[in-house]
Amino acid sequence: MWKILKIELFKIFKRPRTYIAFAAIGIIICLIQLAFYLDGEAYIDFMIGSATKNFDIEGKKITGFMVCYVILQTLLLHVPLLIALIGGDMIAGEANMGTLRLLISKPVSRAQLLLSKFTATAIYTILLLIWMAILALGLSMIVFGKGDMINIKSDMIIILESKDLLWRYFAAFGFAAIAMTTVAALSFLLSIFAENSIGPIVATMSVVIICTILTTMDLPLFGTMKPYLFTSHMLGWKGFFDDQVNYSNVIRSAAILLFHIAAFVGIALAVFRKKDVLS
Amino acid sequence: MRRILGDNFSMNSIIQVTNLSKDYKEVKAVNNISFTVQEGEIYGFLGQNGAGKSTTIRMLLTLIAPTSGSIEVFGMNLTTHRKEILRRIGAIIERPDLYKYLTAYENLSLFAKMSGCERKEKELMQQLEMVGLHQRAHSKVRTFSQGMKQRLGLAVALIHDPQLIILDEPTNGLDPQGIADTRNLILSLSKRHGKTILVSSHLLSEIEMIADRMLIIDKGSKVAEGAVKDLFDPGRMIVELQVSNYQHTKEQLQGSKWMERLQKDTGDRFIFQLDKKQIPFLAAALVQMGAGIISLQHRHSLEEYFLSLTSANQHVEDFKN
Repeated sequence: MWKILKIELFKIFKRPRTYIAFAAIGIIICLIQLAFYLDGEAYIDFMIGSATKNFDIEGKKITGFMVCYVILQTLLLHVPLLIALIGGDMIAGEANMGTLRLLISKPVSRAQLLLSKFTATAIYTILLLIWMAILALGLSMIVFGKGDMINIKSDMIIILESKDLLWRYFAAFGFAAIAMTTVAALSFLLSIFAENSIGPIVATMSVVIICTILTTMDLPLFGTMKPYLFTSHMLGWKGFFDDQVNYSNVIRSAAILLFHIAAFVGIALAVFRKKDVLS
Repeated sequence: MRRILGDNFSMNSIIQVTNLSKDYKEVKAVNNISFTVQEGEIYGFLGQNGAGKSTTIRMLLTLIAPTSGSIEVFGMNLTTHRKEILRRIGAIIERPDLYKYLTAYENLSLFAKMSGCERKEKELMQQLEMVGLHQRAHSKVRTFSQGMKQRLGLAVALIHDPQLIILDEPTNGLDPQGIADTRNLILSLSKRHGKTILVSSHLLSEIEMIADRMLIIDKGSKVAEGAVKDLFDPGRMIVELQVSNYQHTKEQLQGSKWMERLQKDTGDRFIFQLDKKQIPFLAAALVQMGAGIISLQHRHSLEEYFLSLTSANQHVEDFKN
């Protein structure tokens, strides 16, 4: 399986489209950092708003940690599209190119081939997040320096100490990797049913959008299904930036996401093993 | 050009297909076909587009699961020994689609690894040289012509030195020189390297020139099988009979010695395969049966034989009308 995984990674990183996501993330992060560098104070003042009537914030308001948090909040909503570009292409793209029939006629089991392809997709997702971490956290710390972080929530403002932040970011990126892998698994599953990658990419985004709407609308009808939707748990990484981390909530969210990954890949495996390859 | 089997030809079965069928809802893509491919021979698989050739080949390569029937390759069941069997097969399935964003060399290396063998740079280059692509080894496949892709597809099919080679329409899209080169390569692989080859085509002339034995398939069903030299034997005639008392003649033919010679019953005509000398005796027998002969035509070209056995004949008739 290691040999097939290496081949799949080789194919992914030989395709120019693979680097679109890396370039897009790089550009967006640099733009946000530039905006903060030029006009960050005004943004912070706007976000804190009337709260400063009751107390003063002394010291540096814009730090590398703070900028990274804002970047994560903005980007993790849109990264699923970039992940779906690769996940949705893994099987459907091969079918479209006509190479799927060649791969399946080789002495490799379909299960091995599928799991190698999914593992390669997951590795791509993780590398994308590492790239994001390097730019969003590493570069922000270089540009804006270390320092405490102001976490502005709807009902409170939390100040987290600088020395207490790095582990929170590692944990948050780890959680985000699980959340994004869930999207990768969904697009991968949908990829099995199509013969070109546009369908699975659009379908993945449609599912994410519909589930997000169901998650955010506070209607009793949707309330019962909310806990089971993966989109309800994708922002669980924010839990690491509470004053006291509610580990049971974070672990439950991670477990639900992992269950979705297992279910999506399991269904993909069951379908793919029996599928007639007609492309 | 046609090759006659040598005296030392081994008669071990490489492929044994028994009562193979594939249904898609109400469509029978392949209908209960059986055939055997012997070691070292070139076996032609002839039929029009949509006759069921590619579906059968896809079942041989485990791309499609049969609805019923069994496939044995190298004496092993394909379902239970899939990996062992596929390790010894090289194939081109319809178009030789490869990764366009990779070079010829990278494609070859990648598929060698997928086939379970590591090839050194020198060996990969030799393989590319064999198909005349060594000078374009490091060019991206997207810059290749159809003929070059076809040749690279052949190199990929042969890189792991398979015992059995399955080629589905290998000359599609090639220019005359490319067709001749491919034909010579197939003959060389069989004659000089002892490979067993199953080659499909909708072009009778292609099969006729390279195959030792052939199977004709039409609408998913086998309509004829045999040595090309026998099917092409000028002494062997295809006799097409049209009678006024169709039902009566059919009943009379059943149980008669002529039943063995009957190749096809089209519903309004009977097609026999006979030795030339037998034709007067058939005519006499039909008169005795009271068949009411409308026409008794004979043909002897393989092309006509093919047309007479497949629905292509109907297309020709429609075109004439």
